[in-house]
Amino acid sequence: MKLARAATPFLKPATGVGAMMREVCLALVPAAILYFLFFGFGILFNIAVCVLACAAFEALALMLRRQPVAVVLSDYSVCLTGVLIAFALPTYLPIYVTFTACAAAVLLGKHVYGGIGYNPFNPAMVGYVVALVSFPIAMSAWLPPGLGDLDYTMPTIGERLAYIFTGNWPAPLTAEAITRATPLDMVRTGLRASETFGEIGNSPMFGTFGGYGWEWVGNGILAGGAWLLYRGIIRWHIPVAVLFGMLAPATLDTLASSGTTPGPAFHLFSGATLLGAFFIATDPVSAATSPRGRLIFGFGIGFTAWAIRTWGGYPDGIAFAVLLWNAAVPLLDRYTAPRIMGHER
Amino acid sequence: MSALTAAAVLGGIAAVSGISLTLAARALPRDEESLTEQIDALLPQTQCAQCGYPGCRPYAEAIAANEVAINRCPPGGSATIEALARLLNRPVIPLEAGMETPPDALAVIDESRCIGCARCLPACPVDAIVGAHQFMHTVVSDLCTGCELCIEPCPVDCIEMVPTEGDA
Amino acid sequence: MSSAPTANLFRLPGGLRLPGHKRVSATGALSGVAVPETLTVSLRQHAGTAAQPIVEPGDRVLHGQRIANAEGGFSAHLHAPSSGVVRAIEQRPVPGRANLSVPCIIIDTDGEDARIDDRHAIPNPFALGSRELLDAIGAAGIVGLGGAAFPTLAKLNQASEAGIDTLILNGVECEPFISCDDALMRNRAGEILYGARILMHALGLRQCFVGIESDKPEAWQAFNDAAAVDNNDKLTLVQIPTIYPSGGEDQLVYLLTGREVPSGGFPSDIGALVHNVGTAASVATLALSGMPLTSRIVTVTGDGVAAPGNFEVRFGTPISDLIEAAGGYTERANHLIMGGPMTGIPIEDDAMPVVQKCNCVLVTSRTITENASTEPERPCIRCGECARICPVRLQPQQMHRAFTIGDRDDLPRLGLRDCIECGCCDLVCPSHIPLTQTFRDAKAHQQLQNYERERASRARERYETRQQRDQHRETTEAERLADLKQKASRDAISEILARKKPKEPEQ
Repeated sequence: MKLARAATPFLKPATGVGAMMREVCLALVPAAILYFLFFGFGILFNIAVCVLACAAFEALALMLRRQPVAVVLSDYSVCLTGVLIAFALPTYLPIYVTFTACAAAVLLGKHVYGGIGYNPFNPAMVGYVVALVSFPIAMSAWLPPGLGDLDYTMPTIGERLAYIFTGNWPAPLTAEAITRATPLDMVRTGLRASETFGEIGNSPMFGTFGGYGWEWVGNGILAGGAWLLYRGIIRWHIPVAVLFGMLAPATLDTLASSGTTPGPAFHLFSGATLLGAFFIATDPVSAATSPRGRLIFGFGIGFTAWAIRTWGGYPDGIAFAVLLWNAAVPLLDRYTAPRIMGHER
Repeated sequence: MSALTAAAVLGGIAAVSGISLTLAARALPRDEESLTEQIDALLPQTQCAQCGYPGCRPYAEAIAANEVAINRCPPGGSATIEALARLLNRPVIPLEAGMETPPDALAVIDESRCIGCARCLPACPVDAIVGAHQFMHTVVSDLCTGCELCIEPCPVDCIEMVPTEGDA
Repeated sequence: MSSAPTANLFRLPGGLRLPGHKRVSATGALSGVAVPETLTVSLRQHAGTAAQPIVEPGDRVLHGQRIANAEGGFSAHLHAPSSGVVRAIEQRPVPGRANLSVPCIIIDTDGEDARIDDRHAIPNPFALGSRELLDAIGAAGIVGLGGAAFPTLAKLNQASEAGIDTLILNGVECEPFISCDDALMRNRAGEILYGARILMHALGLRQCFVGIESDKPEAWQAFNDAAAVDNNDKLTLVQIPTIYPSGGEDQLVYLLTGREVPSGGFPSDIGALVHNVGTAASVATLALSGMPLTSRIVTVTGDGVAAPGNFEVRFGTPISDLIEAAGGYTERANHLIMGGPMTGIPIEDDAMPVVQKCNCVLVTSRTITENASTEPERPCIRCGECARICPVRLQPQQMHRAFTIGDRDDLPRLGLRDCIECGCCDLVCPSHIPLTQTFRDAKAHQQLQNYERERASRARERYETRQQRDQHRETTEAERLADLKQKASRDAISEILARKKPKEPEQ
């Protein structure tokens, strides 16, 4: 009797790229819900637009590269890229800026290098940074969370949509009147104006640890990250190292300045710290691949981001830190390879 | 003032790197020798002289001196050309027109026809043929590179190229 | 005798807890398989050089009679698995990576199974010297029955030269589905310990570990019972956690001793000798009955056979007979594998014979053993899971990249030759990349390249020597000529002078 032939091993692999990426996307659901509750429908709109736009750009790139569109799209990586961009962008943004970010992420961040698996840089961060340096004003225009007690009237849904599609707030609203500095921004300008962190933190924009609302989104992200760790989809090295790299210098700094600079809790719950630690720096393709390499990579990102926040020209530094350390990955991989059994060091 | 500082810093960096690069270039050996070695290591060492040079090493020297194209080694074929192209950062080109990669083969002397003329002995670039005047010759198959240089001098055509087996 | 708790073990990096599927076949029962009409004895079933036949077509052979001699130091003798007449010595396909045809001795059996009468038990092996015992083991054609069929004599010689202190009996059998060692251990624990005693005596060893995996409670119990009778104070039974591939030779040595087998080396380099429990049983059989190695236990299992179990079968029996003994194929049968699902070798034709390294015949449907290669392969996303579970701490993701991108010179640095091809990385790869197969290909490629490089460097050396010689000849020739010329001219002058000189006084 003749039988079929194939190479061993014959047991079925436990998981697939598509399932993993899908689960990472789903892990952001709690954060998305909290985001929606505090900041309105913008995040949901962003997610929908970014995912669709990224998928469309990926399909286009695949067709141009003569690759099987359906097979590649089914790996869900582009969906995750879209979701991450949506979380990184301001909640309300002229739609051409969103499109620019998505196009840059998928085309410039991913497909020019050969698609998934070959991109040296995190595509979502490439998209975010391209948008940030191209449209600095729009990209730093954040709406505050719905606080109620703030001297502030939230724009209506219609007004927000008008801004998204035209790029201008309908009269009589103006950008200056509508947008507010983010907590990170407030801390930056406040510290430069010789205020102490304690004074800045009295603003109603601040909650218990970080920005009001932002800290709750942070909790959602933390929950998603914990789920991914529990499921073994990400490993602990990078998130722990990112947080350590950022919180250790922040702690030392706040101790040295007797509390006038923001402490670790503020850094943890502000900006993209948690998103970066659990969802962005952990992108396996662009991260270091050995355990020791991942520790160095993560620490580098955390520390660099803290340094940018403290001394740099941008309020947040996660995106730049991730891209910088992405570039160091081949070197890290080469020099942090584990010792093979039976080999001398 | 700050412009001056910037200029000074940049100038300093330029000066330091310039000096260190110069020193490094002086301290490290000239590369030509090792380049020849590297090229030679990529050649198949058939010593067949089909490239127009008397052996692989002379061809390597010529390539290192940029005197000749990298596509003149038929036994190495496209694999050798690709390896050379990568080493020298030159484009991959097809084998020189008219040249053809021969199948892997070894020279075998039909000992019943050998007249012991010893003409094939000096032709072999790697001394793989043993024999003496008036005695039968034979090719040491382990040493034969398959260069075919012994075929031509044989007056009785008793040397044949036999393709090697797959597992050789 | 002592039973060591597993807590004393060293921790293996990586490894996987795999579904065992052992209960399918491991009932403890051991059945026989009838001697077939025709035996096909491969001359190349052991590791090393092929054996040289010493019988000719038409010769009558008896069960246990030598039919082929070991060729050189790394080979093994072969003996007739039953009595009959040699029909032919010819190329036949046998199970192997490439399923190549190799020379085989074909024996038409006569059904009498008559034993050769010049083989006798060794009543007191402990009275024999080391050399005599090793020679007896070699003469019986004993090979490792774990899966590599490494000639036991070669291994023992190597060990006695290297100087070792520890014998390790491997009863781990970590690969799913396989239970032949389990069956052997349950049924013949006493014999195995006897064999171990002989091996220890032969090499003068003071320490013996028997590693038994924790998912074999019956075998563990059988060994504890047997050890109580054996009363050997140098023996330690150790329960090994059920993590694949703890039963790999180097892995087991590390688990038990914490010593790492150096890259490219053998356990004997670090003072250990590892034998499969089946090998120890063969040694015991030799001592007790004088019979050489002519059969082994094979597990026939998987959802593709009706009645899985363990069978004592003569080498050379067609695999189809074995399937028949296990109740025949079920409708689901789709893949036939020699060995286990992780490291086994796919076989296309069940007419091929059972060989020494055949520890298991696995017949599976597609549904439970869906292969990685049947799912779409995607680019590596560098998740590093393969490196996390690699039992030798390789980085398969980097090796795969080096191989596919073409930077193959980087593979030795990445430890290609240290890969034990256990298959773990394939199982955790979310991109469904056939990593193990890639590394097998890469190893073959590397071997070929090394061979070619070696040839090239030899040719280069000879060519350069020749050039030097030619040059030397040329220069010496030139010097000689110049010398001659100079001498000639000097001589001419002095001759003229000499001719002139005597004339002067005359003038």
